[in-house]
Amino acid sequence: MAREVISTGNELAAHAAFDAGCMFFGGYPITPSSEVMHEMSDLLPTVGGKFIQMEDEIAGISVALGASMAGTKAMTATSGPGISLKAEQIGLAFIAEVPLVIINVMRGGPSTGLPTRVSQADIGQAQYPTHGDYASITLCAGSLEECYTQTVRAFNLAEKYMTPVFMLLDETVGHMHGKAVLPDLEEIQASIVNRKRFDGKPEDYRPYDVPMNTPAVLNPMFEGYRFHFTGLHHGPTGFPTEDAAQCQFNIERLVGKIDAVSADVGLDDDADYEEFMLDDAEVCLIAYGSISRGAKEAVMKLRNDGIKAGLFRPIMIWPSPAKKLKEIGQKFDKIFVTELNMGQYLKEIERVMGRSDFTTLHKANGRPIAPLEMVAKVKEMF
Amino acid sequence: MAFNYDQYLRVDKMPTLWCWGCGDGVILKSVIRAIDKMGWDMDKVCVVSGIGCSGRFSSYINCNTVHTTHGRTIAYATGIKLTRPDAHVIVVAGDGDGLAIGGNHTIHGCRRNIDLNFILINNFIYGLTNSQISPTTPQGMWCVSAQNGNIDPTFDACKLAIGAGASFVARETMLDPKKLEKVLVKGFSHKGFSFFDIMSNCHINLGRKNKMQSAMENLEWIDSITTPLKKWEALSPEEQLNKFPTGVLREVEQAEYCEMYDMVIASAQGKRGKITQDDFAKKI
Repeated sequence: MAREVISTGNELAAHAAFDAGCMFFGGYPITPSSEVMHEMSDLLPTVGGKFIQMEDEIAGISVALGASMAGTKAMTATSGPGISLKAEQIGLAFIAEVPLVIINVMRGGPSTGLPTRVSQADIGQAQYPTHGDYASITLCAGSLEECYTQTVRAFNLAEKYMTPVFMLLDETVGHMHGKAVLPDLEEIQASIVNRKRFDGKPEDYRPYDVPMNTPAVLNPMFEGYRFHFTGLHHGPTGFPTEDAAQCQFNIERLVGKIDAVSADVGLDDDADYEEFMLDDAEVCLIAYGSISRGAKEAVMKLRNDGIKAGLFRPIMIWPSPAKKLKEIGQKFDKIFVTELNMGQYLKEIERVMGRSDFTTLHKANGRPIAPLEMVAKVKEMF
Repeated sequence: MAFNYDQYLRVDKMPTLWCWGCGDGVILKSVIRAIDKMGWDMDKVCVVSGIGCSGRFSSYINCNTVHTTHGRTIAYATGIKLTRPDAHVIVVAGDGDGLAIGGNHTIHGCRRNIDLNFILINNFIYGLTNSQISPTTPQGMWCVSAQNGNIDPTFDACKLAIGAGASFVARETMLDPKKLEKVLVKGFSHKGFSFFDIMSNCHINLGRKNKMQSAMENLEWIDSITTPLKKWEALSPEEQLNKFPTGVLREVEQAEYCEMYDMVIASAQGKRGKITQDDFAKKI
């Protein structure tokens, strides 16, 4: 049975983690994401799970990675400055293939920026949070419901692809308070993905000996399958190597297990985007996260004013829903892009569509964009 | 019969990458003998290391091993231990790793008194990266990053550990592997954060540049700056200034973090009341 709740985005993300089987949270307080931590400290011990507030952001992710290495589902939550600090550990999670959900409730930057105000300026950071080559999975919630459903999905993707997954909320979505209708709990539990494990003889276990474009198979620690985690390039059993062919293969596999699979069959069966009144539209608005809500209202206002508008809203930000974006680029002459940054996702849209003749509305002042501002800008196209 | 190290080593990874005469090998063997004395099942042992020469420590012991990033060993190990309190977790870090870049985690690992065995291999230098000053490099020594001589004051790692709240703190050198093994067994048996400051040589990157050309000369210097705690206590303050006391410097029974967390679980599950100040002897 669907569940009606009254909650906030941050709290719903925590409840989603809990329902997805997360048994460990490590973190450090930071506005505007702290409520995720507060809720986890309340939820986890009720089922014997572990919560720890660490001494800094770096320790916050390191402790969660340790827990994930030991074999449990783990999460950390932070905001942009925290991601900057966690960056090196995120790199270890990529190369050692340690699943982890990282919630980033976005605030204004750079640096301390606008701690209590909304922003979508960590889109680029989510794609390349750390040095080196890899491919990132990033989801972005546009509603209270999605703070829940997409966080569950983030856990499933992390376990399936053995990788850190970014769950982006922005300050508005994170602190939004209202009614949400959540899917049936049993339905959620039936959808849960757990990391693969090797059941053969311990002496035959080669965790990183997997084909191109497939993730490593990492068993929990302490169960007889001894192996080695390292942030160094490593061979089939996890031990350091500088072999040129092996290192090249490692990177191609790390990138390919996300990007190639995404381009080929998609990373999962869930929707990577939402189309809103696009069928008969003559102008396509593109927006994600909290301001896609204003964009929906703008679509309705434009339609009232006789302009057939529709909205395309990416949910999986990285890898981008490239096939669909390309289609939209071919179908619509008039495209309007709006973001709470100076055009970070616009670059990806331009790259995928192979054109740049868009009307855009970008702001980075910590304030949301009002639907009427969008309406005025779209009308300039007619 | 000679002790058989092979059953604990990843023999295919031998020889080690450490320089000829490096103390890390002596410490590795001492840790192995201590594990053997403890009778631990190697499937239940985890060795976590950081970056630097000591970072390779984890790849040589045949158990569950993690080679983490620079300075973050204790944070990773805390996640592993909290997840599996039944596991035996040994953390190995150098003086740069554990006292400089990872100093914050060392402080808070000690403060939580989580049941980790933290081995600080203190060779007074960044050896792997060619001799830059570390927080324990003596003033007046020459290093590549102190071309005119080091002016940075050093600190006493054990005093830091005691001040931060570790319930077992010991210092030994690799000069006496038998004694080292005994102290390791003592610390491994201790419930709570066990902090070992183990002084070791780096004749290649500290010694050669500071009139200690050979391993032996470097070891003689370590011998000259250490003295057993009892003897140290009898020294004048001026003499104490230039000697490190060795042996067990602190050993107290103190609530361990995983056990304290059990109170959180019991409280959350309604099996006990809320945790209050009355649950703790120390209230401030």
